[in-house]
Amino acid sequence: MKRMLAFLLLVVICFGAIAATSPYLMDRIKLGLDLKGGFEILYEASPLHEGGKVTRESLNETAKSLESRVNKTGVSEPEVTTEGTNRIRIKIAGLGKADEAALREKLVEPAELTFRSARGCAADKGYCKIELIGNDFKENGAAIFQDSLGGYQISIKLNDQAKFAEVTREVAKLAPTGNNQLAIYLDDEQLSAPNVNEEINSNEATITGNFTRDEAANIRDTINLGALPLKLEVKYTQSVGATLGKLSLQQTVWAGVIGTILILAFMLIFYRIPGVAAAVSLIFYIWLLLVGFWLLDATLTLPGIAAFVLGIGIAVDANIITAERIKEEIRTGKSIMSAFRAGTKTSLRTIIDAHVTTIIASLVLFFIGAGTVRGFAVTLILSIIVSLISNVVLSRYLIYLLIRSGKVNKPGHYGVKESEISAL
Amino acid sequence: MRSKETKFNFIHVSRYFYIFSIAITVIGIAALAFFGLNYGVDFKSGSNVDIAVTKNLSDQRSSIESYLNANEYGEHTLTMGTERITIRFEDVLTDAKEKQLKADFASKFDAGASLEVNTVDVEMARETEWNALKAMLIACIGIIIYIAIRFEWRFGVAAIVALVHDAFITISLFSIFRLEVNLPFIVAILTIIGYSINDTIVIFDRIRENLRFAKLKTTADLIHVVNQSVWQTLTRSINTVLTVMIAAVCLFIFGSESIKLFSLAMIIGLVSGAYSSIFIASPLWFMLKKRSKPKPAAKSQAAS
Repeated sequence: MKRMLAFLLLVVICFGAIAATSPYLMDRIKLGLDLKGGFEILYEASPLHEGGKVTRESLNETAKSLESRVNKTGVSEPEVTTEGTNRIRIKIAGLGKADEAALREKLVEPAELTFRSARGCAADKGYCKIELIGNDFKENGAAIFQDSLGGYQISIKLNDQAKFAEVTREVAKLAPTGNNQLAIYLDDEQLSAPNVNEEINSNEATITGNFTRDEAANIRDTINLGALPLKLEVKYTQSVGATLGKLSLQQTVWAGVIGTILILAFMLIFYRIPGVAAAVSLIFYIWLLLVGFWLLDATLTLPGIAAFVLGIGIAVDANIITAERIKEEIRTGKSIMSAFRAGTKTSLRTIIDAHVTTIIASLVLFFIGAGTVRGFAVTLILSIIVSLISNVVLSRYLIYLLIRSGKVNKPGHYGVKESEISAL
Repeated sequence: MRSKETKFNFIHVSRYFYIFSIAITVIGIAALAFFGLNYGVDFKSGSNVDIAVTKNLSDQRSSIESYLNANEYGEHTLTMGTERITIRFEDVLTDAKEKQLKADFASKFDAGASLEVNTVDVEMARETEWNALKAMLIACIGIIIYIAIRFEWRFGVAAIVALVHDAFITISLFSIFRLEVNLPFIVAILTIIGYSINDTIVIFDRIRENLRFAKLKTTADLIHVVNQSVWQTLTRSINTVLTVMIAAVCLFIFGSESIKLFSLAMIIGLVSGAYSSIFIASPLWFMLKKRSKPKPAAKSQAAS
């Protein structure tokens, strides 16, 4: 009777813990974009200028710059990650339709500031020589000021005073041909093309033009936003409407719930006492898996949930193997307790071997695969470990307690008919 | 040997199952050679637009079609359902076009529509496919090595044949029925592989266990061991398939539209996995074992 109480207590504690923490867990688990709506873009970076290279630093810098651009629009928690040697992935959840389009435009805007001149250019080529590029300007070095006539100008700080002096000296030499302008471009748009008449030995350049205050502020912001050190090309985008995401989530979770109930019913009917233990440990397994997801900070996606649901079906296998073994041992005429001992011992090795092979497969997938495949591998490894805890350790202990309680000692309780038992 | 007498000789009938599996494999190879796979956007560049509509638009098919044609969206295929409309664009949808489509669809057809747009560059698609293949290949080698150490190489080879068989049958059926192959499909294949190996190992484990107590003097003894082992694990095999099947069928019927094909792939793979473990893997191991009979026979004498 004490054992029965222990069993009941254990079940109550398990279910209590599950009921108490589940709402919190559900809230905390990160959902993929396909489940809550949002968009994802994968960029491939290439050097801005010919002969350049994509380095670790420039890639990180680009990612950082992209992140700050997203942050500036007020979107919360963008996920910006670099992948491999030249890729950047951005995930942004929950956006209105209008915002998304605007944000995507903002992201790809390379906003590269260049100073160009006509040095050595053919007559009809215009300002073909790029004299100064983004790296030559100080970060956040642009400011606007009002000149004496009340117009707005933009000043930019330069990193290297000597370089600017040299450039202006050379451009000033073009004065006789009338090409002595240092044109200032934001991307391919010419902002202004002031004449340079002499060497400017300063670390500050000025953009003049008939700017209104707003125009000037806008240019300043664009420059300060930081030129992306790399050129970005869109390789993949996914955009999911919030309603659609929610619908997918609801339907799939619902399918999972129905499936789980049916599986539990099957186990109870077919295996009786081991079925009871299986049902309790399976519910515990689902909960543990959610805890694991939360601890690993993993993102649950639609295929992930599907794999999760299938995993429940597969995880029950450990219970089935054990229960079948116990049944077999009972049929040979052993007492319930010794059948349990023999059954659990022999089934453990089988379960371990079957699981290790699956772990090998998932480890390989994790190290080689990318994106979805990798996420799948994590889910698989996690579910195997969790399954060993709940469907082997807990499940066994529950059966043990039930057997020791002395209430369930008939073969019928284990789904074995008396007629099947062979005499010793 | 204790428990039941063998009721069904799995080895004797194995020839028919081999023929059956080889036939399906040949049909599969032919289908793949002639039709190839019906790649979704994940593996073929382009854009896929999935629209969940709030009202039935099936009577507006022609007006949607003419809207798409009039606005130069390029080559596309339109699939209409009562709750969902899918448009597959051959070319990558630009940001501007995507924005326009979203806005226009809301204003012209259904204000409450929720869209999912997937765009994949062709280079990216190739890479994804190659990565998945590479991963599967290395996983297979890893499994063979483990099984060779823990069991013996013959079990490893037989298990891998069964595993490849299951993956291939699923891929073939998708090719024959022109079902779309996307990233979730790869996930399904991987799950199938994981399940298949699991299922096979449980039977092999039992064969190994029974071998320890068996006196192997003739081929008939070996046949007996295999039959006995398959029979002993049969209830567990069937019940496990049943439980996983319950989950897969529930996902197929009640789950979200976008994982319907994933679930279907799983259902095919599960049936194939259970079938191959029993009718392909075990007889195959027997075939391999038969040739090296004398050695284990001498060993098992001591064990019994």
